[in-house]
Amino acid sequence: MKLFKLTFATVSALFVAFGANAESITVVSWGGAYTKSQVEAYHKPWSQKTGNQVVSEDYSGGLAEVKAQVESGNVTWDVVDVELSDALQGCDEGILEEIDHSTLPAAPDGSPATQDFLPGALQDCAVGNIVWSTLYAYDKTKFDTPPTTMADFFDIEKFPGKRGMRKLGKAMLEMALMGDGVPAAEVYDLLGTEEGVQRAFAKLDTIKDHVVWWEAGAQPPQLLADGEVSMTITWNGRIFNAIAQEKQPFGLVWDGQIYDLDLFVIPKGSKNKEAALDFIRFSTDTKRLADQASWIPYGPLRNSSIPLIGTFHSDPSIKMIDHMPTTEVALKNALQNDFEFWADNGEELNERFNAWLAN
Amino acid sequence: MQASQNKNNEQMLTSDGIPLKKKLSKALFRSRLRAFGLVTPLLLLISIGFVFPILVFLTRGIYNDTFEKYMVNLTPVLAEWNGISEPTEEMFEALVLDLVWLKETKNIGKVASRMNREMSGSRSLFTSSARKAKKLEAPYKESLIKVKKKWGDLETWRAMKVTSHSLTPVFLASALDMKYTAEGSFIQKSEDRRIHVKLFIRTLEISLIVVIAGLILGYPVAFLLANLPIRISNLLLILVLLPFWTSLLVRTTAWIAMLQGQGVLNDLFVVFGIATDEDRFTLIYNKAGTLISMTHILLPFMILPIYSVMKTIPPSYVRAAKSMGATNWTAFWRIYFPQTIPGIGAGAILVFILAISFYITPALVGGQDGTMISNFIDYHMRKSLNWSLAAAMGGVLLVIILFLYWIYDRVVGIDNMKLG
Repeated sequence: MKLFKLTFATVSALFVAFGANAESITVVSWGGAYTKSQVEAYHKPWSQKTGNQVVSEDYSGGLAEVKAQVESGNVTWDVVDVELSDALQGCDEGILEEIDHSTLPAAPDGSPATQDFLPGALQDCAVGNIVWSTLYAYDKTKFDTPPTTMADFFDIEKFPGKRGMRKLGKAMLEMALMGDGVPAAEVYDLLGTEEGVQRAFAKLDTIKDHVVWWEAGAQPPQLLADGEVSMTITWNGRIFNAIAQEKQPFGLVWDGQIYDLDLFVIPKGSKNKEAALDFIRFSTDTKRLADQASWIPYGPLRNSSIPLIGTFHSDPSIKMIDHMPTTEVALKNALQNDFEFWADNGEELNERFNAWLAN
Repeated sequence: MQASQNKNNEQMLTSDGIPLKKKLSKALFRSRLRAFGLVTPLLLLISIGFVFPILVFLTRGIYNDTFEKYMVNLTPVLAEWNGISEPTEEMFEALVLDLVWLKETKNIGKVASRMNREMSGSRSLFTSSARKAKKLEAPYKESLIKVKKKWGDLETWRAMKVTSHSLTPVFLASALDMKYTAEGSFIQKSEDRRIHVKLFIRTLEISLIVVIAGLILGYPVAFLLANLPIRISNLLLILVLLPFWTSLLVRTTAWIAMLQGQGVLNDLFVVFGIATDEDRFTLIYNKAGTLISMTHILLPFMILPIYSVMKTIPPSYVRAAKSMGATNWTAFWRIYFPQTIPGIGAGAILVFILAISFYITPALVGGQDGTMISNFIDYHMRKSLNWSLAAAMGGVLLVIILFLYWIYDRVVGIDNMKLG
């Protein structure tokens, strides 16, 4: 292990140019419209206030890069936007810095951050940012009667055309079960059994020949716009932007949506830890969280931010609150991603998913 | 008389009285040293930056000390256990001790994820038990089973026994779709979890098809280039080299635009009535897409060696054959073609070895049945974080390539290869 660290450090020293200097921090997020919302609501005002630079980098999720950086002792990322499951796993594995919640700014009415944030949003190593959703979108020009349920996504007869799906077991298996008529509340219990897993794969089998698999979040809106697919699993913010900004004829179906949290973490050994902490404190205060919501419909994780949510930045007629994953309509048949389930079974289910794909 | 002359010859001296042989070898040694000195920077770069890290990483495929390092008390106790009898109180006590310590030092996650690879579901078993471990009281066997029933299962303990060995074949076994048991035997995984062997075979198959397709497409092009007047052939050579100089990513993306359902090729098919607008061909996001784009991307590696070998073949040979009454075909097949074999050999092995480790193109256009083993190595590196398995798969791939290279050397002979 030591040998590996040493090698890695030598190699990095040989090949990697100098990292970011003290006045700039590197903030890593998911790219596209989402990163744009963070640049506008967090990076720019923070730079203005502190005079520090923010370097924005994109990644496609997962802890691999963070792990590689921490293990090699060459940490170049300072703040990373991760999913809840990764925040917990990374904290367990000791590759993330712990964050003291008492230093987070209080709500405008004076209630401390620990009470202001929604349940689950504050973790030992992470501070919550937004709630987002995985759901499906469709091309309005392709259907006379629009699809309304998760089952419609799996109905090739009634709604012909190719389907876009994420090349990952997570969320796809849950959606397969919901598409097969399993109510959201029972999905994880069923998926914990062999019978449930087989049922999910059997449902996926019915559309396997019609699926285009995507890996990066920017792909599904593109697949829809190109006419490659008539429906695709996607993240709600991306598709909203295609609709509101690019005026694409897409529709969203909230039935069977799976929502999850995104949180900010700091890789262990970050060279700019203090600046990174300051950035997180600044970005997750009441006003900034509400501000980012006017760029993309991802729900802020502070109670005090919700009344402040405004309209879409380029079109004041669109009230952002109506497009959040947490509206009454959206939550009617919705599932919260069970990070513990995936932490335990992800290995096995993804292996089976990959084997299923390759067959 | 003759003998003395021989003796004189043997002791031929240079002007400064040193035997010629000695002087010569000294000079040779010096020039060799100079040559070695010149390549030293490259040698150092390659060994420090390439060979050494690869070797260090490959050891991860057979060595993982996460369990042994952190389960300090339990590991020696497990080593004594036979893996069949009921776990003893002593084992439970060691486990609880380790859990308490892991919780305090915040290392529980490392062991939990390592165990979870061996037995699905043990991540939460470890993390949640560790949270309560401090409050547990003797007898530990009872109190721990009360926390989580799974601790009473023999399977849990057998999985821990397997994991407790640092030098282990579990990852190599997993790379070949097998499972290593506590008894030290290998069993095949259930059918719905077997994937790697299939992918190794598919990787070889795709690489082989790309080589053959490249040969069929590239040989005539190389022939044309070698035999046209130099002014025209130089122009054509640029057409071959231009894509060669273009970024791999750009060429792959260009193929997506060409081949996709609403792409150029399918639009043409619809115009000419070969396909209908509703029922277009699926040319991409499958094996066909991978084959087409990989063949195109690797084509220059096939054309250039063949071309440069063809350039050295004097045209008089074929003319001589024809003057002796050979038909065009005989002259080509018996005289010209055998002389191009070194070029074909070089092109084929170059393309094959590049193809077998191709990664970006199948990732972008491979879809579900056009991905290769390198994509799964990438998956375990970046997504599942199972670096040991990735190292084991990489090791297997390396062995396969070296084996094929050895066969190639036996059958064709590596000396027969000629790049120009």
